[in-house]
Amino acid sequence: MKTEPQAVKSLFTLDRTKVVPELVGKPDDFLIVTGLAGAVYEIAALTNHADYFYGLGGAMGAACMMGLGLALAQPKRKVLVVTGDGEMLMSLGSLCTIATVNPQNLSILCVDNGHYGETGYQRSHTARGVDLAAIATGTGLKRVHTVAVEEDVAEGAKMLRAGGDTCFVLASVKPTDGPKGKLNLFGDECRTIFRRALLGPA
Amino acid sequence: MSGTSAEPKRWQDEMYDELRKANVTQFCYVPDAGHIIMINRSLADPEVHSIGLTSEEEGVALLAGADLGGARGVLLMQSSGVGNCINMLSLIEGSRFPFLCVVSMRGQFGEGNPWQYAMGQAVETVLSAMGVICLKVDRPEDVVGTVQAALTMTFKSGRSVAVLLGQKLLGAKKF
Repeated sequence: MKTEPQAVKSLFTLDRTKVVPELVGKPDDFLIVTGLAGAVYEIAALTNHADYFYGLGGAMGAACMMGLGLALAQPKRKVLVVTGDGEMLMSLGSLCTIATVNPQNLSILCVDNGHYGETGYQRSHTARGVDLAAIATGTGLKRVHTVAVEEDVAEGAKMLRAGGDTCFVLASVKPTDGPKGKLNLFGDECRTIFRRALLGPA
Repeated sequence: MSGTSAEPKRWQDEMYDELRKANVTQFCYVPDAGHIIMINRSLADPEVHSIGLTSEEEGVALLAGADLGGARGVLLMQSSGVGNCINMLSLIEGSRFPFLCVVSMRGQFGEGNPWQYAMGQAVETVLSAMGVICLKVDRPEDVVGTVQAALTMTFKSGRSVAVLLGQKLLGAKKF
């Protein structure tokens, strides 16, 4: 019996400048770690460089595992990882690891624009059919949701802040940049600011 | 578990106990024969998170996240795993995260698998190049003192430190 190939759920049509703020909601409900490039610019702008946010400027692939370490260290706080398709593709193993640990206070938002925006908008694997949400489901993560059309946003936003099993929300957006402001690329300063706000003076 | 008989404590148990005394609560690793006692201790310890990784570089990022949240961790890996961590160590160097790893060495004293030599022999060069201080241990009686030194250097002075457990200490794997 011939089966039809599954429809690719990523449509790459949503506007990230609208959808990402809707999904994140009130950002200071979370401790936030972001991947480099699109994600860090976006969350820096959304939070006005808040002290509950740590964003990468390099070390591609670190965001999800940093979120795991933070979530385990701070079980009473909700931790949100915001990353892009490129960074997620580089660290697929971390999804497997996170699924085995399944912290109850960790949410991952992957903003998938199907492109490496930072390096000149080369197409990524997700624009060629790789479905990160299907991969996330395959790792055993229990709560996975794709936001491909506007009607999917409310469920995604709810899932990100509900708590319970670790969730993975894939937001399929147009291949455009989010807001691009100035970034603090000195990681040691960002670490100190984050820790001081969370833990008090060293 | 250790300490219940007249047998001297195994150095692996002493090392685990030192890490726990220093409030290390996140143990991460890719399964490795050289670390089996430490890994099993962490799995049996309800007070810690024992986290199996798919690749060692995940552990580097995990420990940085732990530090952001005020927790302490250690990455246990074989020398081959060091190579998997190289670019991720720029996270540690760039943000001055404290970083502690314990490396079971291969490709060294009495190694019988030629595949292990390239990375095993490059461990110190690679770690040093990425700003990680290497402390080598070859004798059981030096383990505790070295781990204590590494804990102080990492969590009091904020350095990144690798304790290298040599094959003189571990014994070369029999083939």
